[in-house]
Amino acid sequence: MNALKVKNNQRIAVSDIPVLPYEEFLEMNTNMSADVYFHCVNYFAWQKEETICLFCCMADDTTGNLMISSSQVINDNHEYPSFSAKHLSFHAFEREIHETTGLKYSDHPWLKPLRYDFHRSDLTKNIPDYPFYQIESEELHEVGVGPIHAGIIEPGHFRFTCNGEQILHLEIQLGFQHRGIEKLFLTSKTPLQLAILAEGIAGDTVVSHTNAFTGCWESLCDFTPSDDILHARTVASELERIAIHTGDLSAICTDIAYQLGSSVFGRLRTPVINTFQKWCGNRLAKSMIRAGRNSYPITPDIVKALIQLFDEYEPDLNEMYDRMKGLPSALARLERTGTVTQEQAERIGAVGQVARTTGLIRDIRWTHPYLQYGQIPHQPIVKHHGDVYSRTQIRKQEINQSIKYILNLITHVPATSKEVELKNPQANSFVVSLTEGWRGEICHCAITGESGQLVLYKIKDPSLHNWLALALAVRNNDISDFPICNKSFNLSYCGHDL
Amino acid sequence: MKLKINTGSVFSDFKILFHQGKQYIPDVTTAEVPGIFRGRPVIASGAERDTNELMGICPTGAISVDPVSIDLGKCVFCGECQRKFPNIFHFTKDYKISAASREGLIIVEGNEQPMVIDATQVRKEIRRIFGKSLKLRQVSAGGDNSTEWELNAAGNVNFDMGRFGIEFVASPRHANGVVITGPITKNMAEPLQICYDAIPEPKIIILAGTDAISGGIYAGSPALDRRFLDKYRVDLYIPGNPVHPLTFINGILSLIRRK
Repeated sequence: MNALKVKNNQRIAVSDIPVLPYEEFLEMNTNMSADVYFHCVNYFAWQKEETICLFCCMADDTTGNLMISSSQVINDNHEYPSFSAKHLSFHAFEREIHETTGLKYSDHPWLKPLRYDFHRSDLTKNIPDYPFYQIESEELHEVGVGPIHAGIIEPGHFRFTCNGEQILHLEIQLGFQHRGIEKLFLTSKTPLQLAILAEGIAGDTVVSHTNAFTGCWESLCDFTPSDDILHARTVASELERIAIHTGDLSAICTDIAYQLGSSVFGRLRTPVINTFQKWCGNRLAKSMIRAGRNSYPITPDIVKALIQLFDEYEPDLNEMYDRMKGLPSALARLERTGTVTQEQAERIGAVGQVARTTGLIRDIRWTHPYLQYGQIPHQPIVKHHGDVYSRTQIRKQEINQSIKYILNLITHVPATSKEVELKNPQANSFVVSLTEGWRGEICHCAITGESGQLVLYKIKDPSLHNWLALALAVRNNDISDFPICNKSFNLSYCGHDL
Repeated sequence: MKLKINTGSVFSDFKILFHQGKQYIPDVTTAEVPGIFRGRPVIASGAERDTNELMGICPTGAISVDPVSIDLGKCVFCGECQRKFPNIFHFTKDYKISAASREGLIIVEGNEQPMVIDATQVRKEIRRIFGKSLKLRQVSAGGDNSTEWELNAAGNVNFDMGRFGIEFVASPRHANGVVITGPITKNMAEPLQICYDAIPEPKIIILAGTDAISGGIYAGSPALDRRFLDKYRVDLYIPGNPVHPLTFINGILSLIRRK
């Protein structure tokens, strides 16, 4: 196989990446994705005048390798065969490539605009004019929702085609949150600015996105983080998972009008995020993770705070959860609602908890361990029904699992290392950094130029894959169940739109 | 005799309620935040300093010199200035950091006074009409979902903003004002305008979070369109990254209520 094998966070020279003829590039990567143990973690274009360099990063879940390959195509009027026609999981990547570079595909199933990027190749197309997919029929009607929704939630447009109360088809159009983050990575001047940008990719996944960024950056700077740094980041990443999962349990209860669950889970999140505040001064862990240092070491006080937190939190969580799952009226709304099958999850390249609730095990902590996940050792929690209830169960069980991990980790806190002044990033380098956020797999890719400056920074939030899972899940469900389906996925708008 | 409580009955609900106890914060205007919260900064005056270094440390250009000041509308509360120059910068735990004017967000060296909203800067009708009841429509326009989470938290059983008659509503037609989060992206500029137009008069505009107030770390990005803010008067600026629920609630209370 003509691809370069690398590990998570391993820096390589751009020139070491094999450049293949497009047909071979397509053949090799789509063949790989036919195997369920392979999936594409990132596929993107780097435009250099008329030439477009395509980079494809495939994850091999059995060996923990990443297979990197590239190809160069000329951006003329030639139409190229698409990856997506062979394996649908590439659809979003190719839509982005088409949108930003104008590269044409002959057989892409649907070159729907991805996010109306500010530097899209066709500026005559604007988001308000997007032509939604329509089905002509006297029996069907459409329901349009958004971009602004009824709650305090990010914007996105949902267009339902309904047969009576039943959803026949849902189309999701995003892009409203597009802030141009990837371009800001290239124009930012200091590593601090980059870290703050990384924290804002998705403000509900601060830890995991910043872990991905620092993973990239430290590799580029040839810095090997000491144990205490890795340890603190691992604890933070699991604490973030607990916090957001708890909030999600509350939101799920809200959407089935179960007030007790909504209030109790909602209030249970408070002491978790307040622990972040005690630790680093910010309830969502902004400012906690910085390249090259352990800004907020885990002091004996923090250890005590964490132990006390879980002593009080876990019995309350278990009690509330057990009560909820004993209520037929709650289960009736959760079970067999919004189902995604394993076959669908494989086809669309679903990742993270959405994949794991269908029986498809995609978990970077397990397959491509980073930080201290190799030592834990992590065993993913897997569900099989792919419905709202599975996505509720997995959250509860992952909370219990993360508590166990944290309590284990803090029995031994490594001594705090001294802050190290990082070297400048190495020139002409390439690095892929993968982390497993609470939603799923996060991938950051960086390429540096002649003087070590960033020339390309590509971010992938798990939502990029999983939004399509939501659209498929709601088919043939009552439209009144859409909110609960949506909440059970809780995907990121800003992480998708960047 | 021991009373056996049957799980699955209404008694288990009582048990849960009993275990939860009282969760609300009795007085949200005086509550203390736990830990090392970074709120209103205090800048030591007259300390020796290299002005270029001071300005260079801030990732969003919030620090100015002569006199040394921090613009809370630009500050992302990363605490890097305090880390590097602990003798000059100190973030206190005071979460009351809202202002009714943009200039009100600038903290100058030597100023250790709490931030108070100047009543003369508040439109007269606001306190008369909204003092007891304020319904708000939130619009996230490129917000990263952190301030959005905290605004949701402001309504939970801990912070319980609803006790003051302050609530988020589903429709702009039911709202008295709009709370904008995020730096206002090009793609959200029109929906924001449509939403604002749908709110009946009199209406207020609140900017929540550093991204909304100045663009924050995204300031200058070509993907933004902040012209909406040139057209209207902003009634309240609530800084934060994200905004703390107590900052939000106290900011609004000081806007709509006389002491």
